[in-house]
Parts: sequence; C-alpha cells; structure tokens
Amino acid sequence: MTAACPACATMPEAGELAVGGMQISLPTIHCAACMVGVEQALSRVNGVISARVNLGLKRVRIETAPGVGAAACIAAIRAAGFEALELDTGALGVEADATGRSLLISIGVSGFAMMNVMLLSVSVWSGAEDATRDMFHLISAMIALPAVAWAGQPFFSSAWGALRVGRLNMDVPISLALFAASWMSLFESINGGEHAYFEAGLSLTFFLLIGRYLDHRTRIAARSAARELAALEPSRADRITGSGIETVPLAQVALGDTLSIPAGMRVPVDGIVTRGSTTLDRGFVTGESAPVLAGVGDTLVSGEVNLTGPLEMRVTAVGEDTTLRRMAALVEVAENARNKYSGLADRAAAVYAPLVHILAGVALVGWWVYSGDLRLSINIAIAVLIITCPCALGLAVPAVSTAASGRLFRQGILLKNATALERLAEVDCVVFDKTGTLTDGRAAAQAGLSGDELAVLKALALSSSHPVARGLLAGLPVEVVPAVLDDLEELGGNGVSATWNGVPVALGRGAWLGCIGNPSLKIGDATCHLATGEHMRLGVAEAVRGLKAAGIDTMLLTGDTSAAAKRIAARAGIMDVQSDMRPEEKVAVLERLRAQGKKVLMVGDGLNDTPALASAFVSMAPASAMDVARVVSDMVLLNPDVAVLPDAILLARRAKKRIVENFVTAAAYNAVAIPLALLGFCTPLMAALAMSTSSISVLLNALRVRA
Amino acid sequence: MNILVVLIPVSLGLGAMWLAWFLWALKNDQYEDMEGDANRILFDDEDDQPKP
Repeated sequence: MTAACPACATMPEAGELAVGGMQISLPTIHCAACMVGVEQALSRVNGVISARVNLGLKRVRIETAPGVGAAACIAAIRAAGFEALELDTGALGVEADATGRSLLISIGVSGFAMMNVMLLSVSVWSGAEDATRDMFHLISAMIALPAVAWAGQPFFSSAWGALRVGRLNMDVPISLALFAASWMSLFESINGGEHAYFEAGLSLTFFLLIGRYLDHRTRIAARSAARELAALEPSRADRITGSGIETVPLAQVALGDTLSIPAGMRVPVDGIVTRGSTTLDRGFVTGESAPVLAGVGDTLVSGEVNLTGPLEMRVTAVGEDTTLRRMAALVEVAENARNKYSGLADRAAAVYAPLVHILAGVALVGWWVYSGDLRLSINIAIAVLIITCPCALGLAVPAVSTAASGRLFRQGILLKNATALERLAEVDCVVFDKTGTLTDGRAAAQAGLSGDELAVLKALALSSSHPVARGLLAGLPVEVVPAVLDDLEELGGNGVSATWNGVPVALGRGAWLGCIGNPSLKIGDATCHLATGEHMRLGVAEAVRGLKAAGIDTMLLTGDTSAAAKRIAARAGIMDVQSDMRPEEKVAVLERLRAQGKKVLMVGDGLNDTPALASAFVSMAPASAMDVARVVSDMVLLNPDVAVLPDAILLARRAKKRIVENFVTAAAYNAVAIPLALLGFCTPLMAALAMSTSSISVLLNALRVRA
Repeated sequence: MNILVVLIPVSLGLGAMWLAWFLWALKNDQYEDMEGDANRILFDDEDDQPKP
C-alpha cells in the first residue's frame, strides 16, 4: 500500500492537486490486484510521494517531488503490465461535481423527512383518531413542507423554465402535484380532515430525485469522459528562443514563434517550414498514406506527422484558427444536426405529461359537477395527480442506462453521448475502417535473417523515426545488439543509409534500393526483403463472428489499396469490402446505407474517417484515434480488444428491452390505480403503496442489466 | 399516550443523526471511489504484522 495513509485520501485537501501532481488514465485495471500492482510499481519510482488509484474512474493520482515527469511513472506502470495514458491536468479541470452533490443532499433530506413522516402516517393509517391524528398531521406538515420546498427545487425550476416558454415537460405535473398535495394536506390538517398526502409528496420527491441523480451521473460521466479524452495526449511544443529550446504547453505558443519539430512528432499548429526538409505523413488530414516531401517555404498543417528530418517552423495560426480545430468545429456542427434523436424517455414524456393533467382536470370537474363539493373534488383530483405522477417513469430510463453504461465502462467502452446507448441498440450494420481500427501498423517478426543482418537492421531502424522503421523495430527480438554504424544519413521519403565496417548498408523503399521488396535491407550488394504485415488488432475475427451471430452486417471501408484491404478482410471474415475510398466517398456509402434504412455503427480512427463518423447513426473510435475522431464519436473503445463489440451491442439491446419493460410495469401499476383514484376510492395509504412498489420494481428490473 | 412526547422527538433525533452522518460522509468524499474502496479491504499487505 503506497498511499501515505488510508485516511489521508479521504480528507478534503487531498482532492486538490498538489504541485507536481498528475493523473494517469489506466484503462485496463479492474480489480484489487491491479490497484496494488499499480500503486506498488509507482512506489518504486524515485520522487513519487504518493499514488492512489481510483478504480471507479480508472485513474491514478500521483503526487511527486518537483521535477519528476510523467514519463517515468508511465514507464513504471507499463512495466508492471498495465496500459497507462497521461492526462493533461489543465484540460481535465477541477472536477467538482456541485450539482451531483447538491442532488445527493436533497435526496438525503427528502429521505430523512420521508422516513419520519411515514412513521407518523403509519400510525394514522392504523387508526389514530381525532386530536392524535391532527397532531400527527401537523407534525408531518412541519417536517414535510420545508423538506418539499427545499428538496423539490430541481423540479420547480425546471417546470418554471418550461412553462415560461409555453411548453410542458415532465416536471410540470410533478411540481403541480407536489405543490397541490402540500397545500391541500396542510389545509386538511388544520381543519381536522381525514386524509393528508405529506408522505406521498415526500416519497414522490425522494424517488424522483434518485432518478434525477442517476440521470445526472450518466451525463456527468459522459462529460468527464469527453474531458478525459481531450486531456489525453497533452499537447506541448518545443519553442526555439534566443537561449535554446524550451518545451512549453501548446496554449503558450504565439503567432510568429519558431518551433522545432523533431522527426516522428505531430505538427502541433499550422505554420511554414523555415529550416530543414523532410517527408510528411498527411494521412490524418487527407487520408492518403503516401508520404509527401516538404522543404523550406512549404506550409505545415496541424495534425501532419513529420516523418524523417528535424524541422523548424514559423507559426501562422494557433488555437481555434488551426486547420485541425476548424475541421473539428465543422464536424461538431454536423454532429449537432444529427443529435436530434429523441430517446424513449422524451417520447414517453410527450405522451404522458398532457395525460396526467387531463385526468386530474377530468376528476376535478367531474366530481365537482357530480357532488357539488369542491373540497372533495380537489382531494380526488390531487389523489389522481399523485397516483399518475411519473415516479416510476422518472426512474425507468436513468436506472437502466446507469447500470448499462457502468457495465460497458467495465468492458472498456466509454459512452460519450447520452442517447448513444439507445441508438447502439438499434444498430444493424457495422462499418469498419481498416488502418488503426482493425489493424495497427506493427510489423511482423523477421524470418531468415542472419545475426549480422539483424544487428544492422536494428541499428538502421533505430536511427529512423519513420513508422515503418519503428514497426520493424517492434518486430525485432530484444536480445539483438545493434551494430555500430558510421555516416548515418536519413534520405527523406526513401530510407536510411550508413556504412558498417566499411560496407555500405541501407534500409528503405525497394525502388530506391533497386529491388522489389518493400521495405528492403541492403548490405553491400545483397538485398533482402523484409516482412512487414499489418498486425490485426486483438479479437477482430471474434468480433466479426459475434456480430454475424447477432444478425448484424459488417463492412470494411478503407482508403488503402484493394489488395491490402482484401487480405485483412479475409482474415477478419468480412465479406463486403470497399477500398480506395476518399473521406467523402465513405460518407456517400453511409448515406446510401441510411437510404436503405440501415442503422450504421461506424468504427474508425483517422481524420479521414471523421466525416463518416459524424454522419453515421452511431460512431465509435478506438482510444488510439486522432483526437478529432474521438471528439465526434459517440463512444470510445478504451479496450484494445475489439471482441467486446458484439457484447456491447447485445447489452444495449437488453438495456433497451429493460427500459420498455419498465415503462410497461409503470403503466400497469397506473392502469390499476388510476380508475380507483378517479372513482374516489384512493386513500393516501394506497397512493404510497402504489408509488413505492412501482418504483422499487422498476429499480430492481434495471439492476438485472448489471448481472 | 404521553409517551409520544418522548418517542416523537427521539425518532426525529435519530433521523436527524442519520442525516448529519450522511451529509458528513458526503462532504468528506466518502463516495468518491466506491468500487476501489470496496476492493481495498482485500489488500493484505496493510496490517499483516503486529504493530511495533
């Protein structure tokens, strides 16, 4: 156990980030052993003062001595066998969830009031009479009125907001019921009446607040997920100043600054090359995988990756003005247009809210005309209002979606959008991107190379930061000792050359080295072809099989060549392949599918997938994706194993079924209770019973999703 | 029935104590990481030795 002391972390001060503190996301931890593993690994890092894992958020908060970087901590966690991603604490912000806390306090207060009033009401129901009953009613009033007035505020303010613009929402009948029940019961208590609805009003508040809190929690989880994603990949830049190079946060880069872009780094802002020449990977921006040459005077767009040589650039656009941000903003507009999906809860509310008012109004007018007794008819109207009040309805959706999204999170899927779960349930076609989604660019192990060849290859690969070289490096055994090379030179777009014991050696494009294989290794005059091979991501074939079993079509859309696409599709088991697609062609395919009435889940990671992600019915991006792609997707796949996908869809379908069941349950309780209330047979005891049993059955049904 | 004079305040007092405890727990971040804290009890390297 490495936290300084178990109690310290619960102190409020520990909530604040200390200087030298950082947070690291741990997407793969899931149990006590993982917590111990991470905390112990961190305790052995020099300079770490304390580390405490939050299993709920899958994060570790580390306090370090000044000057200790995240890199050491991340390396230690990875060495212990856990995935670790640094979070930018600036972008993460202070996560004080004030609304959630005040809702919890309201739940506590209304729960306290409900229990005590219920205690008094039970004695009234079991036969307290005359002065005793009046006294119990008055004590109840003293507890209930302030409690309802205070704890019911979320409903009152929301109802007032809706009424002011002339709309009806679910909170209008709730507020009306609370308001009318409280005043009528007070009036009855003062005048020695038989029925008071204090406990009904309070339990209504209590259960609805629970629903409201669960709903809020799903939303806040989605929002903090989005913020966590923004915080991934902290953006820094190397600025060249008079006194040398300093690393600064991206926010501090100003127009006209000169930045140094080492090979292998992503261009952080837009600018113009002022020194050096290189090849650029524009794949994320244009979707083309072939590298482009760039030299002094060429423009650089944020998001491009500098592949080969170091560059210096002058900044021409920062922040919101960069191409990347502008594109993200455009996509967000498209996304908002799509988000007009109305969930089950909205549709139910649209039917239900007017119905409640009409029924209560009918009861009031009907009984007044029939009996001429205003007090009696108001009492009956209030009973109808309380019975019909959407207590169970308010719980039906949030309880299920909380349970389901919690379970999805444990499987490594983050829901970013509140309606994503319901939309996921309707999916009948899954469209995959290839590179980065089904495959990652790791190279396969080399076969048939001698020890010397391996050593030279390793040395050459080490000297280049081209993705292919890094891929080759990843495929080489660790025990190979790199050969000692001289005259190392990197030739933009072609490869690396050097001399080894006087023999010229090179690693690079086949055409450059005069042979067929791509990439090739040349030692002296002998060339040999190197095995590359995109690595399938974990569980792709299982995922496709599972989707087929669930009756869901799969399709592969890629900007890559058809040979590469077919090979991967065959291995994944996907029949429908379309290759050489440009981003707008991907969108066209999705539009065509939509016209056929298909509900498409798009899974993709690059900037070239972004328009497609935004126009699909539901979208998902792997955690390794470009941040723009993660921003526009409804879900993020944190789990490196794709095989959870069919499970997730099945879970979403099950969740949707539970929601519908919940609506049916709530409606069934109402169907029994409303006629009784309309006929004037309803007593406060019945109202309380109907409300609690329907709420509890809805909650229990929702919990079945967790199992 | 005079006993009510005692019993009602007692029941209210107990309820209020519960409420105060709940608010205290809430304000002290006891609900920050329910899952993690539930698992922490399984750590066995915390007090497996007698205190010196």
